[in-house]
Amino acid sequence: MSELLRPFAFEFFRNGFIAATLAGGLCGLIGVFIVLRGMSYIGHGLSHAIFGGAVVAFVMQWNFYVGAGLWGFFAAVLINEMARRTTIKADAAIGVVTTASFAVGVAIISRYRRFTRSFDAALFGNVLGVSALDVAVIAAIALLVALTVLWLYKHFLFATFDAETARVYGVHTAWIETLFALLLAAALIASLQLLGVTLIAAALVIPAITARLITDDFDHLLLLSTLIGAVTGATGMLLSFYADVASGATIVLVQAGTFGTVLVWALLKQLAQGQARHV
Amino acid sequence: MSAANEHFPLVQVENLWFGYGATPVLEDVSFTLRRGQFAAVVGPSGAGKTTLLRLILGLLKPNRGYVTIAGERVNGRPSVHIGYVPQLNAIDWTFPVTVEQVVLMGRIRQAPFWPWYRRQDKARMEMLLEQLGIAHLRRRHIRDLSGGQQQRVFLARALMADPDLLILDEPTAGVDMHTAEQILHLLADLNRAGKTVLITTHDLNTAAAHVPWMLCLNGRLIAQGPPEAVLVEDILNRTYRAEMVVIRQNGLLLVHQKPHAHTYRDLLEGEFS
Repeated sequence: MSELLRPFAFEFFRNGFIAATLAGGLCGLIGVFIVLRGMSYIGHGLSHAIFGGAVVAFVMQWNFYVGAGLWGFFAAVLINEMARRTTIKADAAIGVVTTASFAVGVAIISRYRRFTRSFDAALFGNVLGVSALDVAVIAAIALLVALTVLWLYKHFLFATFDAETARVYGVHTAWIETLFALLLAAALIASLQLLGVTLIAAALVIPAITARLITDDFDHLLLLSTLIGAVTGATGMLLSFYADVASGATIVLVQAGTFGTVLVWALLKQLAQGQARHV
Repeated sequence: MSAANEHFPLVQVENLWFGYGATPVLEDVSFTLRRGQFAAVVGPSGAGKTTLLRLILGLLKPNRGYVTIAGERVNGRPSVHIGYVPQLNAIDWTFPVTVEQVVLMGRIRQAPFWPWYRRQDKARMEMLLEQLGIAHLRRRHIRDLSGGQQQRVFLARALMADPDLLILDEPTAGVDMHTAEQILHLLADLNRAGKTVLITTHDLNTAAAHVPWMLCLNGRLIAQGPPEAVLVEDILNRTYRAEMVVIRQNGLLLVHQKPHAHTYRDLLEGEFS
């Protein structure tokens, strides 16, 4: 038991552990909507766009969270409007906006080479970079997102299930879309330091699809996905300490392992039911 | 429904024009529906049936003309008086929701600030599920239902807010003939209980037997009236731009595209001779 508690003696680990649990749960919650709306690619793209914002914020000496958050939000809105107002499909719009935005970050870094090392963390995540202040910000974002989803739960559900009918029933779907882009951007910047640009997409998608294999009930799906995100975040953090492997990668591998296990279980169950039906 | 509204027709469509691009989909369409009417919009694919519904629902704004529901202009703002059932093949059947969760969506305008629905909303849902004979399915996933049951679930959702007007887009598309009959009987029951009902349909024959008022649409409103009056060859030819035959037998109306004056065998023989 004391061996299990050993890493908690380090402040960096305590911060990282709390941040991983919160960010994992947050991505799990938002991920349900991402997966159901078929937006996995936008999650992946936006985290890259936010990288551009983070670099610009750093160079301009703006606050990281404000700079990266606004950048991500505007990138999401730009993609949305481009897909809505022109014949350009959403996936192509994502390809343009987010990659160009990422390129801005890369260009700036290559110009000012002395920053290069600190941006490794932004790309691949770095638990050592998580300060007590970061934990507080992540906690605040997680709380805000959770409260918004709770408050607008019925509207989010209806708009995600059948947007057109939702409009007939008085749901302001355009507002919901914009708000959702804001929540997604918030969740991404909350997870950026821990997971890094390149790994966030997995944390968004895996808990939701894992939970989807277990339940058909939307309420249960939201709870289960959040829980899976939080637990795998915490477990991944612990394992990364013992295995001495990068925390972001460990978290994603734990999630992928959990998904694989549940997938096998679901397939076996299906097989058993199929055979029962044939008897 | 308030007394003041009774002076207006429930639905008034006035000189409606609409086009997505340069070519108009709807040209100068006008009609009214009184309270208590049960009407079907019929016409071929591309006739503008769904576009007309979308204008009435407030999902589109007309280029010219207007729609009023209970005396209020719609103009892109969905009316509170409408319960809407979309085409079932537009539904994502793999979406993780149960019957209950779908039906409760219909109460969203009346929903409280907090995330769950009120007790009276759930009571209404139970009553409707009971009425529609699907109470035992309430915790099922929507995929695990028959076509008729699925249609009832979405009808229950539309009835949750107790609307004056029910609008259904192709309620008989993609279900077998027996289920189509059942759905139209159910709509007739709801109509007798006071609901005004407007549907679109491809299925002229089932509609002819069950719907008392028909609107024949093909870009323009070609004709409207009871089935016996509008299902005549002249009107149908103009609506479908094809030669149609109407067969009347024992009070039954059957419409079909005029068969070709040959059979498969004739063709074969023609080819070999």
